[in-house]
Amino acid sequence: MDLFKYTAHELHEKLVNKEITAVELVNSVYARIDEVEEQVNAYISMSKEEALAQAEKVDAKIAAGEAIAPLAGIPVVFKDNINITGQVTSCASKMLNGVSAIFDAHVTENLRKEDAVFLGKANMAEFSIGNTTDNSFFGAAHNPWNLNCVTGGCATAAAVAAGEAVWALASDTSGDLRQPAAYAGCVGLKPTYGRVSRLGLAAYASSMDQIGAVTKDVTDAATILNAICGKDDRDSTSWEVETPDFTQALVQDVKGLRIGVPKEYFGENVDAKIKAEVEKAIAQYKELGAEIVEVSLPHTKYAVRTFYVIANGEAGANFARYDGVRYGYRNMEAQSASDMTARSRNEGFGEEVKLRLLFGTHVLSKGYYENYYVRAMKVRTLIRNDFEEAFKQCDVLLTPTTPVLAEAYNTEMDAFAKYELDFTTVTANLAGLPAITVPCGMVDGMPVGMQLIGKVLDEATILKAAYTFEQATDFHKAMAPLGGNK
Amino acid sequence: MKVTTQDVKYIAQLSRLNVPEADLLEATEQFNQILSYADILQKLDTTGIEPTPYVLPITNALRKDLVKEGATHEEALLNAPAVHNDGFKVPRVVE
Repeated sequence: MDLFKYTAHELHEKLVNKEITAVELVNSVYARIDEVEEQVNAYISMSKEEALAQAEKVDAKIAAGEAIAPLAGIPVVFKDNINITGQVTSCASKMLNGVSAIFDAHVTENLRKEDAVFLGKANMAEFSIGNTTDNSFFGAAHNPWNLNCVTGGCATAAAVAAGEAVWALASDTSGDLRQPAAYAGCVGLKPTYGRVSRLGLAAYASSMDQIGAVTKDVTDAATILNAICGKDDRDSTSWEVETPDFTQALVQDVKGLRIGVPKEYFGENVDAKIKAEVEKAIAQYKELGAEIVEVSLPHTKYAVRTFYVIANGEAGANFARYDGVRYGYRNMEAQSASDMTARSRNEGFGEEVKLRLLFGTHVLSKGYYENYYVRAMKVRTLIRNDFEEAFKQCDVLLTPTTPVLAEAYNTEMDAFAKYELDFTTVTANLAGLPAITVPCGMVDGMPVGMQLIGKVLDEATILKAAYTFEQATDFHKAMAPLGGNK
Repeated sequence: MKVTTQDVKYIAQLSRLNVPEADLLEATEQFNQILSYADILQKLDTTGIEPTPYVLPITNALRKDLVKEGATHEEALLNAPAVHNDGFKVPRVVE
């Protein structure tokens, strides 16, 4: 039985009904990994022994007649910037290659309580910097829909779409959870900033980093959100708010729901074929009883630049910890401590990361701070205000998740044009809003995602809207063919 | 606001990165391209707009001041590139 094809909630039913065991399930997923990993390169490391031990524990509970949690026994892959004690957190960088985590992330602790099964760590852009995995120290990952195409900023969704994991835990700073999910035909949920603790997530841009889930359907996304949310004293940006049962939002009902369509997300910079698919989804929502409202988010065109200044500034400060002293890569030839730090950083970081760190340091330095960093934070306010105004007229916003399809690896693209591809997703990070991507069509054999952005802490409404669309369509059921040439 | 090769050298020093002399011109050019990309933000009128450093309405994140277990000595040294006398070993800092 190809168990890797099922969703987490389907597998939960099978486990509870004793149709399958957790050990069979994890073995089925590892067998699939053996089959396809060479083509996809979604994994940086695997932890088969630990996974089997976790699965055996779940089987013992079931055999003893104990109730099991919804994610118990379900195999999950972590993006390689989230800590699992004793396993390497590499961030796909030479700098952290071989560095094992000495504590669990808060989300990891939560998933242990659920008895989830940890498969290993997924490939990613080095330190999440960049929207493809080209700069991964472990080589680029390949999209299972067409192996000649990119996976986006991490390989978590590629792993899920290829059957190499049932779901994935990932981080989203600029869309690096939602964009790969859209590129691979998966569901990707980024919660409100502050809902999920960042403890144990390697910091990139602390004011925007947020952990979320990549899944095969909306039901799984809601189930996982229930498990990973909650206040954590060890993250000062963890928000003390009530965690509702998000599975309550899984109802098919958009009657009277006001869906805002921001015109700035349907301009010339978006592939016409993607627009056509998203417009079909809008028509479907209308048919299902939703009210469509045209809205405007006028500062959208400044979003990526704003992000670029803020994120690199924050990274410039956060990455000061990589000094070659306590952990990570060290140049062993340097004769002085300061030379050791500079040479270690120079050799440990990739080119794009170094360029960003230089820029980030510059925008925080004396004489430039006001003009760049503070100004970007002010534009961030304008972007937030745009959302506030728009949400006076609607309950959720609907946009394409990405302006282009997953591009082929040989596509020539200007660096700045590549940065700008994030414009559809990065606004939700700047404003701290929850957002979900769901598959809404196919173009040239590649999946298309649409994004629903919600009000602060209103994950329930985007889940409900996403669920209603999903149940009325079949896009989430399509399987990646592992076609094309690597 | 363009930067010179001297500026880039200074920024590299602040960032604890080495930009080799041979790469300095190219790095400066790249840096200036990035600056002109970011400079578009200068055209916006932000008079009277408050900056947003964080989106949360949290002002003080306080917790009870309790002693909790942290990393052990062994754990802290687990990933050290070089260890001496139970501490992190680094090249000479003072002559």
